Amino acid sequence: MSSTAEGQTLRKTALNAMHRRLGAKMVDFGGWDMPVDYPSSGGLVKEHMAVRTGVGMFDVSHMGDILIRGPQALDAVQWISMNDASKLQEGQAHYSALLYPEGTFVDDVIVHKMGQNDYLLVINAGTREKDHSWVRKNVSKFRCHADDVGDYYTQIAIQGPKAEATLQKLTNVDLSQIKNYWFKHGTVCNLPNTLIARTGYTAEDGFEIYVPSDVPTSERVWNEVTAAGKEFGIVPCGLGARNTLRLEGKMALYGHEISDTINVFEAALDRYCKIEKPDFIGKAALEKVKAAGVKRILVGLEAVDRGIPRDGYKVFDQAGSEIGYVTSGSPAPFLKKNIALAYVPPQHSEIGGEVFVEIRGQKVKCKVVPTPFYKKPKKS
Amino acid sequence: MAYPKDYKYTKEHEWIQVKGNSATVGITDHAQESLGDIVFVELPKVGAQVEAGKSFGTVESVKAVSELYAPASGKVVAINESLNQGPEAVNQDAHAAWMIKLELTNPSQADALMSADDYEKYVAEEK
Repeated sequence: MSSTAEGQTLRKTALNAMHRRLGAKMVDFGGWDMPVDYPSSGGLVKEHMAVRTGVGMFDVSHMGDILIRGPQALDAVQWISMNDASKLQEGQAHYSALLYPEGTFVDDVIVHKMGQNDYLLVINAGTREKDHSWVRKNVSKFRCHADDVGDYYTQIAIQGPKAEATLQKLTNVDLSQIKNYWFKHGTVCNLPNTLIARTGYTAEDGFEIYVPSDVPTSERVWNEVTAAGKEFGIVPCGLGARNTLRLEGKMALYGHEISDTINVFEAALDRYCKIEKPDFIGKAALEKVKAAGVKRILVGLEAVDRGIPRDGYKVFDQAGSEIGYVTSGSPAPFLKKNIALAYVPPQHSEIGGEVFVEIRGQKVKCKVVPTPFYKKPKKS
Repeated sequence: MAYPKDYKYTKEHEWIQVKGNSATVGITDHAQESLGDIVFVELPKVGAQVEAGKSFGTVESVKAVSELYAPASGKVVAINESLNQGPEAVNQDAHAAWMIKLELTNPSQADALMSADDYEKYVAEEK
């Protein structure tokens, strides 16, 4: 039996048997038994390209969901997250993060305003228990409830330029009326009141739907999405493609670009941090960071010489001094370049600057490039 | 994909085809399948000495780096340069996309490695 380092049994989503039937390669991801790719449908690169050029579907049920409800739900969300949730309208979502008092990351989250006193936080799989106890503790002074509802939902992401055309076949909601980072409730696959959000983690257009997490319903929805996307060449996509897609879009991954030792300004996520809003956890520390400046900052790198920078590799300057490290690095299947995100001192963050990544003892020349590496084309 | 009967196989999933004093080395179909899309192959220089069981290069897929282990000791007399430009050839036909050719130090060294049948059993057990 597979087990995590802590000796716990791996957790499974309702679609676990489906992934195995589809011949997925499975891995332990944050304590979850998840598909990394599906060789029978072409593997990682094909999955990545399907999302960039057509449509792909992901089981992201391992993500956690916390509902915060009550008369002071907004005050609670404002206190525990860095973006300004008072700006959200009903049916709108935004990217935000939960911070420690030091201004470093508990996790990044998507905050959805479901109703007047009703917020849904979608959190990472590997940090679910930690996040939930942290949220519970920190909202306890407000009149609200924080409930972990992650197990109630199978979350399926349908991503790519053909995502709308695929999902539209399965719902009565006019999807063209849902803007990016907005959501609606409607019937999907005959399931009433289903949450349909125009969100994702691929830097591509797409939707995430939340359906009941029983196996028959989850498998039925999965099969219906597969059938609806068939004419667009839909493929199931695993965590491998999810990682390369998010990397091309410079979307942070907890434990890599963000962690409990990296602050908001270093991660260059300050545009999602409304430091001027009323007090929130981490604010005081971040005001100091803002005044003093950072010692390191996240940059995008592209390998100039032959070699693939990868997570954890060291970064050097031209004089040969170690100046930082790679947080995520990989061949970028759509861009067909070897790209990386890395922490370096601000003086090395200028676009066009040269740095060297050590790959198995060789210093491989890389240049600092603008990010995101990939931006989805504007709709015509 | 069938495992050629005239090759020998290592537990680290390399194959070696011995002909007299010379040998050709690559990775197995099982290895390419578990690696996924291969994007990079790093090979030693011609003239380098490789030692049985020791790393002689690396192969990288999109998601992982994997060491290449020499099935036998010897001197590198040729490398498959075409893998620089077309590493995906390893995914297409791992048993044809050779990596290095060796002049063997001891031609009988590879005798101890697995036969095609043994290797297939080994892979089946690993799954």
